[in-house]
Amino acid sequence: MITIENVSRRGFLQGVFSAGAFVLCARIIPQPLWADATSAGSPIDLAALHPNIFVGIHADGTGFIDSHRAEMGNGVRTSLPRILADELDADWNRVKVIQADGDERYGSQDTDGSHSVRDYFDSLREAGATARLMLVRAAAQQWGVPESQCVADPIHTVSDRNSNRKLEYGELASLAAKLPVPKKEELQLKSPDSWRYIGKPSTGFDAADICTGKPLFGMDVRVDNMLYAAIAHPPVLGGKVKSCDDKAALQVIGVKKTIAIDPFKPPHAFQPLGGVAVIADNTFAAFKGRKKLKIEWENANNSSYTSSEYKKELLATAHKPAKVVRNIGDVDAEFGKGGNIIEASYFAPHLAHASMEPPVAVADVRADKVTVWAPTQNPVGVQEEVAKALGIKKEDVTCHMTFLGGGFGRKSKPDYAVEAAVLSKKTGRPVKVVWSREDDIKFDYYHSVAGMYIKASVDEKGKPKAWLQRSAFPPIGSSFTANTVYGDDGEMAMGWSALPFEVPNFRAENGEAQAHIRIGWLRSVANIYHAFAVQSFANELAHAANRDSLDYLLELIGSPRTVDVGKTDDDEETVKKYPYDIGRLRHVTELAAEKAGWGKKQSGKGYGMGIAVHRSFYTYVATVVEVEVDDKGTISIPQVHTALDAGIVVNPEMVRQQFEGAAVFGTSIARTGEITATKGVVDQSNFNDYQIARMNDAPRKTDIHIVESSAPPAGVGEPGVPPFAPALCNAIFAATGKRVRELPLTRNGFA
Amino acid sequence: MVHFKVNGVERSFDGDPEMPLLWYLRDILGLTGTKFGCGMALCGACTVHEKGSAIRSCTKQMSTMAGADITTIEAISGQGPTAVQKVWIETSVPQCGYCQPGQIMQAVSLLHSKPSPTDDDIDAAMSGNICRCGTYQRIRAAIKEAAKVTA
Ligand code: FES
Ligand code: FES
Repeated sequence: MITIENVSRRGFLQGVFSAGAFVLCARIIPQPLWADATSAGSPIDLAALHPNIFVGIHADGTGFIDSHRAEMGNGVRTSLPRILADELDADWNRVKVIQADGDERYGSQDTDGSHSVRDYFDSLREAGATARLMLVRAAAQQWGVPESQCVADPIHTVSDRNSNRKLEYGELASLAAKLPVPKKEELQLKSPDSWRYIGKPSTGFDAADICTGKPLFGMDVRVDNMLYAAIAHPPVLGGKVKSCDDKAALQVIGVKKTIAIDPFKPPHAFQPLGGVAVIADNTFAAFKGRKKLKIEWENANNSSYTSSEYKKELLATAHKPAKVVRNIGDVDAEFGKGGNIIEASYFAPHLAHASMEPPVAVADVRADKVTVWAPTQNPVGVQEEVAKALGIKKEDVTCHMTFLGGGFGRKSKPDYAVEAAVLSKKTGRPVKVVWSREDDIKFDYYHSVAGMYIKASVDEKGKPKAWLQRSAFPPIGSSFTANTVYGDDGEMAMGWSALPFEVPNFRAENGEAQAHIRIGWLRSVANIYHAFAVQSFANELAHAANRDSLDYLLELIGSPRTVDVGKTDDDEETVKKYPYDIGRLRHVTELAAEKAGWGKKQSGKGYGMGIAVHRSFYTYVATVVEVEVDDKGTISIPQVHTALDAGIVVNPEMVRQQFEGAAVFGTSIARTGEITATKGVVDQSNFNDYQIARMNDAPRKTDIHIVESSAPPAGVGEPGVPPFAPALCNAIFAATGKRVRELPLTRNGFA
Repeated sequence: MVHFKVNGVERSFDGDPEMPLLWYLRDILGLTGTKFGCGMALCGACTVHEKGSAIRSCTKQMSTMAGADITTIEAISGQGPTAVQKVWIETSVPQCGYCQPGQIMQAVSLLHSKPSPTDDDIDAAMSGNICRCGTYQRIRAAIKEAAKVTA
């Protein structure tokens, strides 16, 4: 039941969107899975007061606020609406959060790169302040008093300062709606000391629905007349179906038919991988039918890819001069002086996202309209890719964003939604494509494998005078432009092209590497391997200098100053807004160490403490890991302390959750995280051979220390991940004297 | 044709006997609170109760369902959230939430058999339930709190 309605009947908020062209477009009204939209429109559209796309206030006083980004455990359905509610002085108990559809008018909805709060903090405050000002003006008009005499206080109410007259927001909404939407210059934002919600902990808006098993996720979508599909994908990237015998598959109870899906045209980008789909009337029948397909594949060049061989190549590349991405001073001259040289190589393998909810999507392709329900981080991407695949306009594709059972970057890539659309078109019915865990692990957009080499020349005190670092990894760009072999500015800026240490001569290089499986971004991306190498190497230098690793690290970080970050993929304004402040880096390092009681307990004999610090997504994070290692090499992690400075924090409770989770995510990376391939086929398949940290592997206790700050808000979903693995490996070195230069730990005799 | 109960309702099934209970619940009955995570009894997302104890519905075939009495997340919350669910919410356990129905079913079953579980008991009972978001420390805290509340 899709209706078109002019949402902008009262005009849009100026200043929230750069493009004024939004002002008269129509909005496709969704029937969200869990919201109470009617065929007449979403509650925001229908609200008595509706000054902009994000908020509506009904006559009964209920405030409806859009959450336009993807909820995947990052807490945006709580944090984003609370920013707006704060400026609106709305009663959080009278707010209902509405999940937005894919719609370009929101600005970017692509929920990755830890952008949500940092990119929308200002806009959402303006959106809330706009509604508040209109309500205040409505009250002033009603009472015939000057606007300055009216105040939005107590909560959800406008009061007359000179009398005890009060009007609730609901009572004012219709009147306010008749007023012109104020301009940005007229808005007065609240001062931070009067914030009600920003900076105050709140439990997730949806916690109760989650804990009672409500249908929230993409996996839970059911629409009338829906068919189910499982797809046999080519085991090797770029492979094609040579022949397919589906006789046995068609015998399976519930299987309806099989449909071939075309192979992609390179570069694969977000296109489906191709293969053969089994269409059935339930998920199990589709899975079972797929197992019975007898397919002969014609494999492409990528069948030469064997990761153990590739690893040697990457490490060899890392040892050869490569493309310079940053140069300060002259490392070669310094190396030529014949000082004390220390060097090391590091290696980190491919990883899979393995969100608990595998990729899944439902599509309903009709003659004139397509509707997709998907757990997606990138709803506009779904619209675009589905439109491209079906040869229609993207405006004719509606994408309802469901909750995501984890995303971690995987669900920014809409290939699975395109599969559903292609199959719905071919069957003439809604189709739900369900990926099994095996599909998820074997056909991911993998986190890149990386080989790294670092060389330093140190003075008699062990302090580096020259530092050369070189990394080689098949870049994400290879998924979008065939034969891309170098990392882009964004990947290189992730912990590589700037060194936060006081070293006079520095050079960062990037060696070429060809991709043979799909490469994509995974929670904190290139920061993972770069931080692993840099923070491990710093620890090696401390050891070589016979110094306490914390003292040495602090000395390396040096005195408070601003570091020039070099090239990045962010615009100039952003880079200026978030200078690389070594004082803040230093502070989190000291704070984490202090909270952990650094140096109070002697390391060695199977017990160790390790530290690592890293800045990513403009957030400064230091992690101290305590580890116990028994004679068999079994490790346990009794305690983690993480200190972070993310600027202004909207919801400290969720920030804690994100960083606690990052420690567990980091544990999975460090202990067991490894995807390998043999002749182009990924070796792992499920949680038995791609192991995720379980409760008994995970840190027993992780304490999060948030630095109070008035700096602009930075990212929180990802930055907890990068320092974890090096901190753990440094702790293992302290405990055992064994240096881990290759992840995961299972490759080093630890378990 | 097998006969059994789901959430107190008598049911029967004569489809593919190999179909796991998980897909029967999700696709046939539309009880989607029970989640699919691995299909191989490796993750616990599909945990339901049979006569009060936790089982993995993804490996329980419908052919073995005769006489079974199954409770899913939807029914333990039938009369309002249980104590465990309330504590779960207060402790802000969920992140994405996908694993949480399974975690809760496992925890409720643990608290049935061990009303005051030790850390080791909790590890033993809960380590079959993966949470990719990493909510383990809050799960542990919530179980301990629930043990206090229900004691
Ligand atoms: S889906 Fe049953 S244990 Fe994973
Ligand atoms: S809360 Fe996301 S998998 Fe557990």
